[in-house]
Amino acid sequence: MPEEIRKQKEEWERGTVEPLISRHPERMQTFVTGSDKPVNRLYLPEGYSEAEYLEKLGFPGQYPYTRGVQPTMYRGRLWTMRQYAGFGTAEESNRRYRYLLEQGQTGLSVAFDLPTQIGFDSDDPRAEGEVGKVGVAIDTLNDVEILFDAIPLDKISTSMTINAPAAILLAMYIAVAEKQGVGKQRLRGTIQNDILKEYVARGTYIFPPEPSMRLITDVFAYCSREVPLWNTISISGYHIREAGSDASQEVAFTLANGIEYVRAAIQVGLDVDEFAGRLSFFFNAHNDLLEEVAKFRAARRIWARIMKERFQATDPKSMMLRFHTQTGGSTLTAQQPDNNIVRVAIQALAAVLGGTQSLHTNSREEALALPAEESVRLALRTQQILAYEAGVTSTVDPLAGSYYLEALTDRIELEVWQYIDRIEALGGMIPSILKGYVQKQIQESAFRTQKDIEKGERVVVGINKFQMEEKKPLDLLRVDPAVRQLQIEKLSRVKARRNASRVQSALEQLRKGAKQIDVNLLPLILEAVREYATLGEICQLLREEFGEHRETIVL
Amino acid sequence: MAVKKTRILIAKPGLDGHDRGAKFIARALRDEGYEVIYTGIRQTPEAIVQTAIQEDVDFVGLSLLSGAHNELFPRVVDLLAASGAGDIVVFGGGIIPEQDIPFLKDRGVAAIFGPGTTTKQIVEFLESARDSS
Repeated sequence: MPEEIRKQKEEWERGTVEPLISRHPERMQTFVTGSDKPVNRLYLPEGYSEAEYLEKLGFPGQYPYTRGVQPTMYRGRLWTMRQYAGFGTAEESNRRYRYLLEQGQTGLSVAFDLPTQIGFDSDDPRAEGEVGKVGVAIDTLNDVEILFDAIPLDKISTSMTINAPAAILLAMYIAVAEKQGVGKQRLRGTIQNDILKEYVARGTYIFPPEPSMRLITDVFAYCSREVPLWNTISISGYHIREAGSDASQEVAFTLANGIEYVRAAIQVGLDVDEFAGRLSFFFNAHNDLLEEVAKFRAARRIWARIMKERFQATDPKSMMLRFHTQTGGSTLTAQQPDNNIVRVAIQALAAVLGGTQSLHTNSREEALALPAEESVRLALRTQQILAYEAGVTSTVDPLAGSYYLEALTDRIELEVWQYIDRIEALGGMIPSILKGYVQKQIQESAFRTQKDIEKGERVVVGINKFQMEEKKPLDLLRVDPAVRQLQIEKLSRVKARRNASRVQSALEQLRKGAKQIDVNLLPLILEAVREYATLGEICQLLREEFGEHRETIVL
Repeated sequence: MAVKKTRILIAKPGLDGHDRGAKFIARALRDEGYEVIYTGIRQTPEAIVQTAIQEDVDFVGLSLLSGAHNELFPRVVDLLAASGAGDIVVFGGGIIPEQDIPFLKDRGVAAIFGPGTTTKQIVEFLESARDSS
């Protein structure tokens, strides 16, 4: 800090602040961020030298990308407005997608039900009660054909939240596109395909880490040749944060997972610049506006350095952290649900000020149920108001240079590196997960947060302050329990229609491939789904070959 | 003679992996002096009932956020009764719409705790349920 400023600051504290505080104490002894980190009363210019500015911030679209991955950011193109949606049958979800597209949404994001995510068909006994509940039920290619009916896959980009069976859903998407006359080369979209965070936070794993990593690197390799515009993974901090981590942990564990994927791909012989440009990320946006903005900026800066220095990437695309954001589900309250509209607006603003590439805004009643159409529209309108009315899109990285924001960005960066070093010392992310280290860190933060809320030390409006009697609830969307029966009937019709011997032989080929480590499974899965092999059949076969993951319980 | 400590099984039926709430409750109740067993995610009703009986618990707390509560909670209650363990009190939590609560109570779930519930509220429920049994 420049000397004269430092001197005058001391005088201001002694001469002005201290006498004032002795008469009128501040509201709290210490102020903290949403992640429980101390906040100073005032931030002052740290006086970046020219060299420091260029090293830490630089220019948008240039290393280290702190200020954004595109040179013109939203002046050039707005973020993709992409609402995560799907429930019930493929027919119902298709109607919701077409509605959202009519309302001005610019990309699709598919939610799958839990049996689909865990590799069970709708008629599996373990699917009882779950079919169509948290997303759309997919059993065969037939369902995906219905899901994208009359939606031109050459014009729209589609994100699919699918992890353990990601390769299967990608294959189904490719097969449907072919039927629409759209070649693989033109497909744009993302599969989540991020198994490591499933082990620590989200829970929809199937196979153990090693074969799971193989499926993931098979997707990297296949797409780099055949589906070049596809984002092959969405390395996700979102669920880590939802599970209770703080902002720095969200970035740290996500980037540590990213390191693991890059390392695995290099180990199987891929060149870093061949696949790294198609890696994408997914973060949460919580209520502490400035801490969240700083988090996104710090994440970009750290990832760029990891890719350049640790993995010797040379293509700038390999160093750019491109990310999707969703507003924070766990910040929503069941009490006074309209307050959530305001929370979502603040969180969405954080994502935009942080330079997100795409955004999902939650709906007000999501602490209670899946959102009704009207609430989803309001959530989408929130994005449109930010995009067209709030003025924050007119310049790149508008908060840069805020003394506070830059201090936060530096602080988060420092904490993230400490976690990454710790994880590396434990042997990388997979051993850290198997030992329960990552889960423990997340749970400690989650426990502390909830305790602070219960003690009233952390205020949540409508929960521990400003409560009121409420008139009874919004009209909630309900998924018809008959969905499972409909889905089971549809599945048995498809099974009756398909060529059983061709299905068998495609599955046999896949089994043979699974036994050989150097065979890319994608083309074999594609053959099987084209023959209408079910998702459950394919996953069962792979379970037999690969085994199943068992949770390390950490309390 | 020492009074037997109240034993609670916190369980996650169904397929969802959202275990933040279940783990918080397990730890918070342990801190309150209960003996708590946590099952981990993706437990079938059959497995939950088996563990409840083996561990000789007084309560089973079910956590579910996927919307399958109307199918799975009553199933746990029924299986407990069928195994002669109908005295074990079942309660639940998660994302459960208000409208479903009367149905679940009717099917033998003693209480449902939604988002915003505090440890204190659950402890009060446990204590009054224990006293009345």
